[in-house]
Amino acid sequence: MTEFRTERGGRVDRSRVLRFTFDGRAYTGFAGDTLASALLANGVQLLGRSFKYHRPRGLLAAGSEEPNALVTVIRDAARRTPNVRATTVELYDGLVAESQNRWPSLSFDLGAINNLLSPVLPAGFYNKTFMWPRSAWFALYEPRIRAAAGLGVAPTLPDPDRYAQRYAHCEVLVVGAGPAGLAAATAAAATGARVILCDEQAELGGALLAEPDTEIDGRPAGDWLAATVAALRANPRVTLLARTTAFGYFPHNNVGLVERLTDHLESPPAALPRERLWQVRAREVVLATGAIERPLPFPGNDRPGVMLAGAARTYLHRFGVRVGRRAVVVAGCDAAFQAAVELSRAGVAIAVIADVRAPGQVAGPGEQAARAAGLAVETNATVLGTRGRLRVSQVLLGRVGPDGAVTPGASHACDVVLMSGGYTPSVHLHSQSRGKLAYDDALGAFVPAAPAERTRSAGMARGVAGLAAGLDDGAAAGAAAAGAHAATHRHSSRGLDGGLAGRPGAPPQPAALVPPAKAFVDFQNDVTTRDLALARREGFESIEHIKRYTTTGMATDQGKTSGLNALAIVASESERRVPEVGLTTFRMPFTPVTFGSLAGVARGDAFDPVRRTPSHAWAAARGAVFEDVGLWKRARYFPVNGEDMHAAVNRECLAVRRGVGMFDASTLGKIEVVGKDAATFLNRLYINNWSNLGVQRSRYGILLRDDGFVYDDGVIARLAEDRFHVTTTTGGAARVFAMMEDFLQTEWTDLSVWITSTTEQWAVVAVQGPRARDVLARLVTDVDLSAAALPHMAVARGRIAGVPMLLFRVSFSGELGFEVNVPADYGAEVWAAIHEAGREFGITPYGTEAMHVLRAEKGYIIVGQDTDGTMTPDDAAVAWAIGKQKPDFVGKRSLERPTMKHPQRKQLVGLETLDPRIVLEEGAQIVATRDQRPPMKMIGHVTSSYHSAVLGRSIALGVVAGGRARSGETLYVPMPGGDIPVKVVSPVFYDREGARLNG
Amino acid sequence: MLIIDCPYCGPRPELEFAHGGQAHIARPADPSQTTDDEWTEYLYLRVNTKGVYAERWRHARGCGRFFNALRDTTTDQFLATYRSGEKPPVGSAARSAP
Ligand SMILES: [Zn+2]
Repeated sequence: MTEFRTERGGRVDRSRVLRFTFDGRAYTGFAGDTLASALLANGVQLLGRSFKYHRPRGLLAAGSEEPNALVTVIRDAARRTPNVRATTVELYDGLVAESQNRWPSLSFDLGAINNLLSPVLPAGFYNKTFMWPRSAWFALYEPRIRAAAGLGVAPTLPDPDRYAQRYAHCEVLVVGAGPAGLAAATAAAATGARVILCDEQAELGGALLAEPDTEIDGRPAGDWLAATVAALRANPRVTLLARTTAFGYFPHNNVGLVERLTDHLESPPAALPRERLWQVRAREVVLATGAIERPLPFPGNDRPGVMLAGAARTYLHRFGVRVGRRAVVVAGCDAAFQAAVELSRAGVAIAVIADVRAPGQVAGPGEQAARAAGLAVETNATVLGTRGRLRVSQVLLGRVGPDGAVTPGASHACDVVLMSGGYTPSVHLHSQSRGKLAYDDALGAFVPAAPAERTRSAGMARGVAGLAAGLDDGAAAGAAAAGAHAATHRHSSRGLDGGLAGRPGAPPQPAALVPPAKAFVDFQNDVTTRDLALARREGFESIEHIKRYTTTGMATDQGKTSGLNALAIVASESERRVPEVGLTTFRMPFTPVTFGSLAGVARGDAFDPVRRTPSHAWAAARGAVFEDVGLWKRARYFPVNGEDMHAAVNRECLAVRRGVGMFDASTLGKIEVVGKDAATFLNRLYINNWSNLGVQRSRYGILLRDDGFVYDDGVIARLAEDRFHVTTTTGGAARVFAMMEDFLQTEWTDLSVWITSTTEQWAVVAVQGPRARDVLARLVTDVDLSAAALPHMAVARGRIAGVPMLLFRVSFSGELGFEVNVPADYGAEVWAAIHEAGREFGITPYGTEAMHVLRAEKGYIIVGQDTDGTMTPDDAAVAWAIGKQKPDFVGKRSLERPTMKHPQRKQLVGLETLDPRIVLEEGAQIVATRDQRPPMKMIGHVTSSYHSAVLGRSIALGVVAGGRARSGETLYVPMPGGDIPVKVVSPVFYDREGARLNG
Repeated sequence: MLIIDCPYCGPRPELEFAHGGQAHIARPADPSQTTDDEWTEYLYLRVNTKGVYAERWRHARGCGRFFNALRDTTTDQFLATYRSGEKPPVGSAARSAP
């Protein structure tokens, strides 16, 4: 037992002593303590260093609004949680915590040199000083600033914990289980509604947890609390969630909650997830989020030992901890007097109560109690400064005369300063839900106004002060939310009452008297009154700009303790009223949320669905190297005997050119288009003419968007007069299908056409090469495979290895080629059968890399690689496919626009490096002349580039302004090693006559 | 996440839907008869309404149907959803392109 722990009282369990360490020193606390209360009980006030100036900082608050005491809690190497507020860390036996943002130690921090430099580190310092050159900002300044001013360090190991997620529905969600929230939940539950009540703290009760002397309805508040919670817990339609923060209010009453399940446990059971994300969809929401006490902006208000008066009450009543031996109380509202009285009663000496309220204030019950208790009160007071290196030791008061002039007053020795500038309703969630806010002059704060969602605020969250009034307000809100009439029961209370109003920004410091010490407004971001004044003088008007310039209200504070004071100071600087200055946006999350809870199970293998082709297992068993194409896993190459990719691809390409290869093309998108108007539909959609395509024939189709740019391509086969088999690119399947649906449903409702996605119904094996026919002949007996019976682009039905087959004579390699379509369930079997039958011909499985080289050798484009969403059919050298006689097709009108016909548009060309060994980089820029200085005039870029084994040299495709007219010209590809000369050639590098295709 | 009332399936979460841009923009019946300016307006010019906005949605992971909705862009609340080809419900404050 330390001298700071009271003999009795509080909600801690004094029979359970817990050991913990902070910065390596061993301490003890009790079950029910937070890390903050346990450290205070051990006399530890210095908990951190500030972000910018590295000033020593202690506890300001007792709850989640704490801006200073950010610590790292360490369980093991992978479980290091940085930037948690010591006030929300529940103590467990063996807890290890460290302070942050200090080196080498908390009491001797070299970074504090920034504090001495503070005259040259004003608002906007980072913006002003580190602006030029831009590259240095990213390379040099920014990492150094981060290192010097960094908060906690994230662990480098993967997070070993599990995170659960669930959805929940209810009629009424109540956020906040203080008196108003409990009353709301009770009233709503009484109607039979499904109710969820959540609260960020370990225990439900809110402010009641620190009100031992208060009575509700004639009995002690603690008894009322226990009975109320027990009744709610016994109701099967009520879900009570403690340790659960409502962090985000999403549209349509979708509220995100994070429930912390194991962080407070000494040895978390392996079966428990660490956290659970709740996505609650509530018919109605009641926000009973209470209020947050405001600091007072006086010089030296950030020394360890200067804290909120209400926080001192909480430490005393809830945790049985006296925050110090001798206190100076700076009262900006009536509640501060109440704190002084209660701390005095608990044995804390009260040096003086400095009443900094405006003169002529009517004495509230707190002030009356303080005077009755004989505590010294100085009216018309102000604070001129504080002293003390690592903890406050002295307060210098001033007296404000009737003319506003300030004369220095007495100085008071102390080890703690308690301040209260009034209470700010927690309107974060209401504001997140896009509800309006209104300024309440009497309270000196913003309160919720017209909501945008089905939500209402209750109790102090909407400025209703006083316990009985808050209970009644909560009950009325809960009943109304559940669709019932307001509860008739009126609560009565004794004890905690009113006096929460204050003047934000008070006490104002006459400019002439501001001493060189700083009055902090935003403790977390080290923003002072002078920074805000400077921002105003430099011309910043909008509070949103001032926020960004000074960083006030950023990071986890989000204006909790700083917001209203900053507004009030800006208002006073610009001679405006607070509501005229406006508010910055309250952003989610209310308090920080772990990435783990948001990710849930979507990590590792479960991050994204995986699509596998029918040959996947076969390819994997043979050591294929896969690549991701969208969600698909595609075999990229099949290395044998330790080949590297280059060797494997060369071998695979040559096999197709000289013998036969096989390739899994199942990922191609497939859409069946059926109906009496199917040909008309495709005529209107694709650039080609489909009317003259015979049954059992296919054609290469190009699809544009209406803006005239190439969107997709693929072979389309006519299976019957009214039935087409459309193939799309692998990545384009879903969007082409959606585009077809769009036109069918919303533009061409006159057409009788149905479309079905058949991508996953068909397995496709491409068999390509001079020996392709020989291989298939082994397995196909009911189709005449001869060139006469089945010419290029012909289609046939038959059976392969006994399996029904749709056979396309098509080629994406430029060789004699077939694409065997079989029902997907037979894909693996047919793949294996083809491989077996091809063995005597040396059939070679090849992957996407060889496929790319083979098609590039033939100048076949890949939409999305050789096109980029700004290429017309003519740009992509496929204008030959346009059906010239058609009155319209999607994109046709756009092709008539003058810019679409400009001769200097970028056109697809072939590029040959003068040095055949050089393989260009895809994406490299092309310029017309060599040895240009930056900025160079870029006239195109490389889109595809490979080594071609069959040609024994590199090849490339690219787009070049007016490229086709430049055939034979030498252009340059500037690279770090120097310009690479390239010759513009035809994009068809191999077999220009196409003789091999028709073999 | 929005709750969107598909006219064919009823209220479903936003995850099931794909947004389809501004509603009530008809493709010209004969594009070849449009001027460049008219065609450009059809292709590119869209309102950016603050308030009630008529927009298209597709129940992509449900029935697959396109439909229209009136949504207040300041609150994200839907005033109505209705089938393609139907006029915005009478009495709504719907405004499409000026
Ligand atoms: Zn639907």
